[in-house]
Amino acid sequence: MTDHPYLAVGGTVRAFLPNRWDLVAAPLILGGLALAFIGVRQMQAPLEVVQQATLSLDPLNLPEYALRTTLRMLAGLVASLVFTFTYATLAAKSRRAGLVLIPILDILQSVPILGYISFTVVFFMSLFPGKVLGAELACVFAIFTSQAWNMAFSFYQSLVTVPRDLEEAAQAFHFSAWQRFWRLDAPFAMPGLVWNMMMSMSGAWFFVVASEAITVGDKTITLPGIGSYVAMAIDQKNLGAVGWAILAMTVVIVIYDQCMFRPLVAWSDKFRSEQTAAQSVPESWMLDLVQKTRFLRLLTIPFGNAFRFSLRIRLPVKKVPIEGAISSRVIDVAWYAIVAAVAAYCVWQVVEFVSAELTWSDLWEVFLLSAATMLRVAILIALASLIWVPLGVWIGLRPRWAERIQPLAQFLAAFPANLLFPVAVVLIVRFDLNVDVWVSPLMILGTQWYILFNVIAGASAFPTDLREAASTFRIRGWQWWRTVILPGIFPYYITGAITASGGAWNASIVSEYVKWGDTTLTAHGVGAYIAKTTEAGDYPRIVLGIVMLSLFVTLFNRAVWRPLYRLSERKLRLD
Amino acid sequence: MNAIENPGFGAGSLLSCAGVRHCFPKPSGGEIVVLNDVDLTLQEGEIVGLLGRSGSGKSTLLRIIAGLMQPTGGKVMYCGGPVVGPCAGVAMVFQTFALFPWLTVLENVEAGLEALGIAEVEMRRRSLAAIDTIGLDGFESAYPRELSGGMRQRVGFARALVVNPAILLMDEPFSALDVLTAETLRTDFLDLWQEKKLPIKSVLLVTHNIEEAVLMCNRILVFSSNPGRVAAEIKVTLPYPRNRFDPAFRKMVDDIYIRMTQRAPSTDRTKGQPSALSMASQLPPVGTNLMSGLLELLASPHFNGHADLPEIGDRLQLEADELFHIAESLQILGFAELEQGDIRLTPTGRTFADSEVEQRKRIFAERLRANVPLAAHIRRVLDERPGHRAPLVRFEPELEDSLTEEAAQETLRTVIHWGRYAELYSYDDQAELFSLENPSS
Repeated sequence: MTDHPYLAVGGTVRAFLPNRWDLVAAPLILGGLALAFIGVRQMQAPLEVVQQATLSLDPLNLPEYALRTTLRMLAGLVASLVFTFTYATLAAKSRRAGLVLIPILDILQSVPILGYISFTVVFFMSLFPGKVLGAELACVFAIFTSQAWNMAFSFYQSLVTVPRDLEEAAQAFHFSAWQRFWRLDAPFAMPGLVWNMMMSMSGAWFFVVASEAITVGDKTITLPGIGSYVAMAIDQKNLGAVGWAILAMTVVIVIYDQCMFRPLVAWSDKFRSEQTAAQSVPESWMLDLVQKTRFLRLLTIPFGNAFRFSLRIRLPVKKVPIEGAISSRVIDVAWYAIVAAVAAYCVWQVVEFVSAELTWSDLWEVFLLSAATMLRVAILIALASLIWVPLGVWIGLRPRWAERIQPLAQFLAAFPANLLFPVAVVLIVRFDLNVDVWVSPLMILGTQWYILFNVIAGASAFPTDLREAASTFRIRGWQWWRTVILPGIFPYYITGAITASGGAWNASIVSEYVKWGDTTLTAHGVGAYIAKTTEAGDYPRIVLGIVMLSLFVTLFNRAVWRPLYRLSERKLRLD
Repeated sequence: MNAIENPGFGAGSLLSCAGVRHCFPKPSGGEIVVLNDVDLTLQEGEIVGLLGRSGSGKSTLLRIIAGLMQPTGGKVMYCGGPVVGPCAGVAMVFQTFALFPWLTVLENVEAGLEALGIAEVEMRRRSLAAIDTIGLDGFESAYPRELSGGMRQRVGFARALVVNPAILLMDEPFSALDVLTAETLRTDFLDLWQEKKLPIKSVLLVTHNIEEAVLMCNRILVFSSNPGRVAAEIKVTLPYPRNRFDPAFRKMVDDIYIRMTQRAPSTDRTKGQPSALSMASQLPPVGTNLMSGLLELLASPHFNGHADLPEIGDRLQLEADELFHIAESLQILGFAELEQGDIRLTPTGRTFADSEVEQRKRIFAERLRANVPLAAHIRRVLDERPGHRAPLVRFEPELEDSLTEEAAQETLRTVIHWGRYAELYSYDDQAELFSLENPSS
């Protein structure tokens, strides 16, 4: 037994000497760390440095700008993860906390992300007066708001659906709360969490770009990055610079995907809870590389040991006795009362703030504008579906095509479409097109790809035996679409369409109000209303616009998407 | 059953339950009793089987003993103190294995020791020893999904044994495995137990498999359903290793079969009719194909309308529990009678077996209306209503008053299935609506 390989906890020295894989991986990772350090140091510079050191449209500066943008992205991701682990865990573990936290999350999710920024910029600037850090934090917060909510939702969903037998096993074997979290809850939630992180990413690129150059009333904040570079190019009507920015963004997204998300997805595959071996295992060269290194793994050993040690720590916590039913009911009532009182107070505050300056006609105006935006979203989703569903089915049923197109669709979904807006504006101005109609496609430019790649995924997963059955019974044409493939891909399509519609609502703030030099195109819609009032620093109207938009988003989701989603869950699941 | 003279602690007694009772609250208030007044003492050196049909509360009792649930009433004593949560010295093996899919075999086995805060080197040594004992050598770095069911359950055993428990609780540990694998695992376990290679002092085994209970246990507690309680205690004194074909073994299995079928709805002997069900009686989850199949088999010349239940079970490769369910449905509908572990076709049953599809449906509908009050009730409500429609929720609460939610759902599924087959009514699952619309007419 002594020479058993698994007894070698300490191991021999040779096992840690760098091997050839280290030669490749070490520069990659250490270089990344060094770049991160440079970027972070610049964030602590005084604000004047940034405001005075004017941005330059020289493409040579783009790598540095891209780095800054990427770092903001990472910071937002870390913040979202911390939020997810704490907020969702609290909501799942405490019934009373969950009663409040989950509805709050639901509301936070429906507030347009750019809606937050007009408030948070002021808040964070006042936290660090005179420092760039405040503005940086506001920008990072925008990324956070675009990722945290659905990550937290996914984590919460996983926590409340942990299989009962595993839960009992953890309990029967005396797991501590900390051990249970890392051995059961977090691993179980991992695949869903990673998938949601990826989904949020595209939105996040969009908003990081949008929030690097922002004007709230008399405050103009410009943080060096790809977004502010584009903003400046728009100001100076420099189409060439826009082209360079698009190129830089493309490179950044590809690197991010290859070095971060591919490895994450491949790694999280081991947390799948199905007990069967999968047909196709996600792969990543980066993960393979890191896993084959010797020296780099040595560096991680102390962390691994410390982590495992923490799992074995037992705190002398006394078991909480089970509460009596009556006292718990009393506490419940008190708890509801407190929650209701706080909620009522908040609503009162908002109403008071808004009603001080606004009249009913403002309300009516915003209502009509929101209806206009809703109409746009609905028409665009319908149009995008008409185009991408047939194409997606066609591609999905041909595995060789799907293999090539799928990564492209995912890339397009991640690409911040707002970088392309200037091109559209130039075209609209040149051909003197109707603004209300022609800025609309911008809303869905970035998010339509969700429909495409979900439909491709659905069609690829469609069971071969059903396809064969359909063809032996000579089911063709419209009947084939109606009875075979559309029901088959419906759950996938709904997932894609919900994401696309959420993205379109969010994008309305930037896409209904677009600029090119001194030309401004304004469409009728609540997005343009929020953008305009933000620029003017008119807070009561910003609040009104955001509240109305959130209300419409929530109602739209409840009335349209939720019933459809239920239907697909209940009736059309193939597994 | 043996009276327990000393519900506290006698010599060699490891664990005792006294007057354990468990109820679930009903949605409409009140409660449903799933376990009533159970006494049980576990002595050192014995394997005790809790044998019963599904829904007899035997798994609930195991979870109460494991400290995973608190009983509504009564006491569980272990090591001189009451059990209020999972206690040290008790380990559990699960029906579904309950392995953490993201941990390797070794990590799964170590998880229990990790929870005890045992130093890493010691933890590794003990885990490898347990893996060795249970015959998993060479699989240390495999993930559960790479293993067959039998190997997974071996990991389950290694994980339980590595914490050196005094009592091993087993919740139907072999029922998710195929027949051959289950037999191998049982024999391996019994060998280790006989050779005293295991740290455990006593085993509590939950099962619904009669042969498994007789093969493994020193003592069997037979549970009856609704509410679950100990109906009989049987001592098994046959020497290990036991032989399934030993006449004494067969006799014991047959005896238990008889005892367990007596627990099925009792038969009114004088008329040969099943005693009336009530509106809210639980119906067994049995499809009409299985019923027809069994009726045809019974009507075949080989059996000629009369058969021994264990023999039928063997022939159809059915677990006792499944067979009971089918037999019980036949009895409810008056197609067959159960007596002393035998099943006998009634004249109606024989007519059914000899008929064509349409005739069968007619007979089935007739019996359903006569013998299953719930089906008759649904039909009556539909007849009375002007639109001949009634939502499912119309009937749900009536059932949930006396059945657990799960049992009520199962009963509804059965009554929907039977009613559809009999064309007594139709049901739309989307709208959750009963109606008299017949798609064929």
